[in-house]
Amino acid sequence: MAFAYFPHTEDDIKQMLDKIGVGSLRDLYSDVPEDVIYDKEYDLPSALSEEEVRRYFSNVASMNMQKICLCGLGAYDHYSPSVIPYITSRSEFLTAYTPYQPEVSQGTLRYIFEYQSMITELTGMDCTNASMYDGATAAAEAMMMAMASTKKKTRVLISEGLLPQVVEVVKTYAKYNGVQLTSVPCVDGQTSYGALVAELAAGDVAGVLVPGINKYGIIEDHTGFADAVHAQKGLFMIYSDPSSLAVIRTPGEWGADVVCGDSQSLGVPLCFGGPYVGFLACRKEHVRKLPGRIVGATKDVDGKRAYVLTLQAREQHIRREKATSNICSNQSLMALYVTVYLSLMGPKGLREVNQLSYGAAHYLHDSLLATGLFEEVSDKPFLKEFTLRALVPVEQLQKEMLDAGFFGAVEVEPGLVNFCATEKISEQDVCQLVGVLKNVNWQIK
Amino acid sequence: MAKTVEGLYYSESHEWVKVEGNVAIVGITDFAQHAMGDLSYVDMPEVDDEIEAGEEFGAVESVKAASDLFSPVSGTVVEINEALEDAPELLNEDAFENWIIKVEMSDPSQLEALMDAAAYEAMCANE
Amino acid sequence: MKYYDKLIFDLSKEGRQGYSLPSRKWNAVLADLPAGLVRGEEPALPQVSELDAVRHYTNLSQMNFGVDSGFYPLGSCTMKYNPKINEEIAAHPGFAGVHPLQPDATVQGALWVYEQLAKSLSEITGMAEFTLNPFAGAHGELTGLMIIRQYHMARGDEKRTRIIVPDSAHGTNPASAAVCGLEIVQVKSKENGLVDVEDLKPLLDDTIAGIMMTNPNTLGLFEKDIKEIAALVHECGGLLYYDGANMNPLVGMVRPGDMGFDVLHLNLHKTFSTPHGGGGPGAGPVGVAAHLAPYLPVPKVVRGEDGLLHMVGADGEACGRVSGFMGNFGVLLRAFTYILMLGNENVKMVGPLAVLGANYIKESLKDCFELPIDSVCKHEFVFDGLKDKSTEVTTLDVAKRLLDYGFHAPTIYFPLLFHQAIMIEPTETESKETLDGFIEIMKHIAAEAIEDPESLKTAPHTTPVRRLDETTAARQPILKYKDII
Repeated sequence: MAFAYFPHTEDDIKQMLDKIGVGSLRDLYSDVPEDVIYDKEYDLPSALSEEEVRRYFSNVASMNMQKICLCGLGAYDHYSPSVIPYITSRSEFLTAYTPYQPEVSQGTLRYIFEYQSMITELTGMDCTNASMYDGATAAAEAMMMAMASTKKKTRVLISEGLLPQVVEVVKTYAKYNGVQLTSVPCVDGQTSYGALVAELAAGDVAGVLVPGINKYGIIEDHTGFADAVHAQKGLFMIYSDPSSLAVIRTPGEWGADVVCGDSQSLGVPLCFGGPYVGFLACRKEHVRKLPGRIVGATKDVDGKRAYVLTLQAREQHIRREKATSNICSNQSLMALYVTVYLSLMGPKGLREVNQLSYGAAHYLHDSLLATGLFEEVSDKPFLKEFTLRALVPVEQLQKEMLDAGFFGAVEVEPGLVNFCATEKISEQDVCQLVGVLKNVNWQIK
Repeated sequence: MAKTVEGLYYSESHEWVKVEGNVAIVGITDFAQHAMGDLSYVDMPEVDDEIEAGEEFGAVESVKAASDLFSPVSGTVVEINEALEDAPELLNEDAFENWIIKVEMSDPSQLEALMDAAAYEAMCANE
Repeated sequence: MKYYDKLIFDLSKEGRQGYSLPSRKWNAVLADLPAGLVRGEEPALPQVSELDAVRHYTNLSQMNFGVDSGFYPLGSCTMKYNPKINEEIAAHPGFAGVHPLQPDATVQGALWVYEQLAKSLSEITGMAEFTLNPFAGAHGELTGLMIIRQYHMARGDEKRTRIIVPDSAHGTNPASAAVCGLEIVQVKSKENGLVDVEDLKPLLDDTIAGIMMTNPNTLGLFEKDIKEIAALVHECGGLLYYDGANMNPLVGMVRPGDMGFDVLHLNLHKTFSTPHGGGGPGAGPVGVAAHLAPYLPVPKVVRGEDGLLHMVGADGEACGRVSGFMGNFGVLLRAFTYILMLGNENVKMVGPLAVLGANYIKESLKDCFELPIDSVCKHEFVFDGLKDKSTEVTTLDVAKRLLDYGFHAPTIYFPLLFHQAIMIEPTETESKETLDGFIEIMKHIAAEAIEDPESLKTAPHTTPVRRLDETTAARQPILKYKDII
C-alpha cells in the first residue's frame, strides 16, 4: 500500500495509534455519525504512475491546437524570458504560504515590495496592493473601493468600452453588492465625454471606471474626465494594460484616483486564461480602502532593513464583515512572474516590446485592409490591437484563419473583429496570413 | 491600572465625553488605548457628518486589531482632531488630553445615560 | 538562511539589459502617436543583466521558508507536500500556450481537464456539479453565496437576505457574506466548541438565506449535530454552505453532500496539493447539489450534441460571471494530476492519515500545552498557550522560537475563542520522524519557557532578520522603493 506522498509504514501507524489510545484509523472518526461515513468505493480511476500520468497529459494536450496568436482582448501572447519559470519554480517561493512569519519570509516580502514599486511606477499611483486574482475581479474590487470611499453614494458608472468579460464580472459583483451600475456609451470608438458628464449630472456617483485602451484597441483620450468626476466628488478609475503604460499616458497623468487591470501581459503565459494576476493601485489618500495584502518596509530589532505585511487592520481576518473586501490571498507567485519580467525588461525592454508590437500591429492592420476583405471602423490611434469590419462572413474568416494556423478575428460586436500583434509576430507571419486570405473562395455575406 | 478623569462622562464602549456648552468632546479612555496597544490609525468621520448615539462613527486600529468607535451622543460633527491623522500614537501617550471629535449635540439629555468616573472604573474592574 | 539586503533597484545601472528581443524594423513607430496620449517620463524600472536578476532572486529565495524547506504546521492552511509532477504537467506547452478565447474545437484538451476534474471533485465531495471558475477560497465562498442568493431570488423569495455564521468561523465568511450583500447573524459555540443548536433554533425564520459552516470547524472538531442542523435550516427554507477550508480530514471518509450541504467550495491549494505560491494562485471550485446547478456561474463547460465540450456563456439563470476566463486553469491542471496520481486506492487514506498526525501531536504535547477541549480532533487542533502560565511567555514567543529550530510556526491567535491560540495542522504527507522532531522541540521550548524565558521573548535569533517593528510600518507606511530613497 505504500504511496510516494504518504510516508507512514504500518508500524508507524500502529505506534501513533497506540500513543493516541485508539485501535484503528477508523476509531479516529468516532465523533462522526455512522450515517455520514462514506464506506463505498469512489468512482475514480486507479492510481497512475508518473510515467502514465505524463503519457495521459501528453494525449490530452494534443487535443488542444496551438496556433499563431493574433488575438488580444485581455490575454496577450507576449514573449516571456526563460529566467521567469526558472525563478518562479524555486520551491522556497513556490511552496511557501502568505508571509505571516516575516522573519522566514523575507524573500516573498521583498519581491512583493519590488512588485509594488514597479506597478506604482508604471501606473503613476502612490500605492498598490500585492496583487489580485485577475483584471476582471480587480475591476470589481475597484468598484467596491469607490463605494467604500464615498460612503453615502449608490452609483458607479462604467464605460461600454471595457472588455466584455470585465463588464460582466463587475455587473455580477454589483448585482449582489447592491451597487447601481450605469453604462457610459462609446461614441466614435471611445468612451463619450458628453455622456459621462450627463450621467455625472444625474448625481450620486461614487466612481467612474473607463478603459485606458478599450475593447476596440483604441487608446482613449481622457481629457477632462478627471475634473468632471472630481467635481462630483467621485473616484476616477482607469482599467489599464500595464505593458502599454511604459509608453502611453499613465492613469496618474490622466488624474486617475484608482487604477486596475491585468498584468498577464507582463510575462505571464496564456495558459487558457489563468492563473493571471490583477492589479489595483491608488493614490495614498485611498490606501485605507485598498483591499488585499500590502507590504511595507521597516526595520528589525537589530536595525536591519526588513519587510512585513502592513495595514492589516483593513483586512477581512480582522475587520470581518466590515472589511472593504473578502479577499484573503494575493496571486503572489504570479506577482513574482511580473517582478522578474519587469526586472529583466527594464524601461528600454518594455519600450521595445511596445514598439515591436506597435509596428507589427500596424503592418497587419494595413495589410488586412489592403486585401479588400475588411473596412476601417475608426481612425483613432491604437497600440497592438485593433478592430476591423469584416466584409466577409466572420465564421468563415475564423475558420480559414485556423486552417492556415492562425487564431484571431474574434468578434467584438457583430461584424467587428479584433486583431492583435505582439513582438512575436514577424512580417513573414503577416504575409503568410494575407496570402491565404486572398486565395479563399469567400461565401457571399 | 488605567486612569480616569473626574467630571467626564463615560460610555460602556470606552469613550469619554467632556461637555463644553452644547458641544461634546469625545475621545477614548486610557483603559481602551491600553487594551488596544500601539495605535497605528484613527478612522474619523468628516466635519458636518450626522452621527447617532450608540452608532459607530469611526475606528481605532493597532497593528493586528481594530475597534469601532461608538458615539455616546447624537449630533453633528463640528471638528475632528487632525493631529491624529499623522500621529495616532497621541492617544497612547495621553488618551484624555487628545480628543477625537467634537459634536454639536442634538439631545444633551443623552448624557444622562452615561457613567461617571467611579461607575466606569467599577465596570472596567469587572472586565 | 543568510541575510541579503539588496532590492533589485539597488543593482540597476543605466544601459544594462536582461532581455533578448528580435531586431525587426517596422515602418510604424511609437513616435507616430499623438503627443497627448504619450507617457511623459520613462518609468524608473531597474536595468540589470540576466545574471544580476537570477542571482538577486535566488538570494531572495534563500530567505524564504517553504514546505520543501521543512515542517510547516500552519493550522487551517493544509500545507501538504506539493508533488513535482504537478508542476511538470502544468508547464506543458500544449496547455501553457492556449489563448482563453480560442474556439471550443481547438481547446478540447483544456475542457477535458475541466470536465474530468469537476467530475472527480463531485465524486469526492458528493456534490452534483462543479464550477471551477473561482480563483481562491474566498472567491469560491463569494460565488457560493451568490448562488444561494440567486436561488432564493429565482423563486421570488426576495426577503432572505440574512446568513448565519458561527462565532468560530474564519473571518472570510462574514466578509464574503457582506460583499454578497447579506446581513450576518452570529450563532454561538458551546463549551465543547461545537455550534449550539439551541442558540441556532430561534434564529431560523423566513429571512434566513442559509448558514455557512466549516466542518470540522476551526477548532478541528467535527460538528456532530450536522444532520440536525441541516434539517432545521432546510425546514426554514435556508441552504447550507460548506466552507471547504477544512476538507482535508474528510477526504476518503465523509462527503459534505451526504451531510446535507447544498453548496461548498474547495481550496485546491490546500486539499488537492497545489502549491500555495507565497499566497496564491489558488483555486476555489464550487460544488452544488443538483437543484442549484442552474445557478452556477458562467461560462459553464457543457458537452454538446456534437460530442464536443463547449464553454457556454450567459444563460439567464446563472448567478453571473465571476472570472475573466475559466479560472486558474494552471492550478486546476495540478489538482487533476494529483487526483490521477492518488487514484481510487490512495484517496481513502488522505483524511485518516491527516487526522492520525494531528491527534498524535495533540496527545504528545498536551502535558506541556493547554488543551482547552480534550477530545478526538480531525486534521488540526488548538492549544491555548503553554500549560504553565506563570512565565509570561506568550504564544507569539513560542512561535518565534520555533523558527530558530527550523520549523515554520503554527497559526497563532486564531481562532479568537482562545487568547493564546496555537493551531497545529500536520497533514498526511509528514512522517512520524518529522512529527517526533517537532514534538521534541515543542517540549524543549516549554522547558525553556521556565528555565530561560528571555531566549523565547527575544526569539528568533537565527533567522535572516529578527522581530520587526510592525507599528512603525503601519504608522508611517513605506510601500515602494521611491518612499525609501
